[in-house]
Amino acid sequence: MPLSKEDLEKYIKNSIPDSIITIEDLRGDGDHYSATVISKSFEGKTKVQQHKMVYDSLEGKMGNELHALMLKTKTE
Amino acid sequence: MEENNIIDISENIKNEIKSNDVVLFMKGTPVFPMCGFSAAVIKVLSDLNIKFNSVNVLDSDEMREGIKKFSNWPTIPQLYVKEEFIGGCDIVKEMHETGELTKLLSSRGIDVKPS
Repeated sequence: MPLSKEDLEKYIKNSIPDSIITIEDLRGDGDHYSATVISKSFEGKTKVQQHKMVYDSLEGKMGNELHALMLKTKTE
Repeated sequence: MEENNIIDISENIKNEIKSNDVVLFMKGTPVFPMCGFSAAVIKVLSDLNIKFNSVNVLDSDEMREGIKKFSNWPTIPQLYVKEEFIGGCDIVKEMHETGELTKLLSSRGIDVKPS
């Protein structure tokens, strides 16, 4: 089952409250998204750790319900 | 039974990343990538003329699930350099754009020849 853009945003926001999130539905199918997540909480963390924080917020959906999420993380 | 398979596969993965400096766990093969994200990483590695070994996770379900558990990372492709997990497609592409990838590879003693 695809995940809506709004739900995707909600999951990330719940887990990383200060995040500024921009999401694009790449194919309009609710299954291929591109997201940029900006949060101070990424500071001092490696890219792998930053992306992991976003994946973790999706509670196992990444790689399952959600096939493709192009991700960019930034601290500001 | 299932538990045993996971243990075996993580031994396989350990051996693979120990015996090869650069290993890409991907869908398909470098010549025929079966997924755009895997293809994108192949493109980066070829741009830098890096010698690498690839593992096609589509060859076995154990490997496909095993590598995700091993790296604690939910997606494929996954790039390893000298036994260290570097990242998936987005991170590798970004590091390539910023030049960080070349720096990292050189610092690990890997030959990089940008074309």
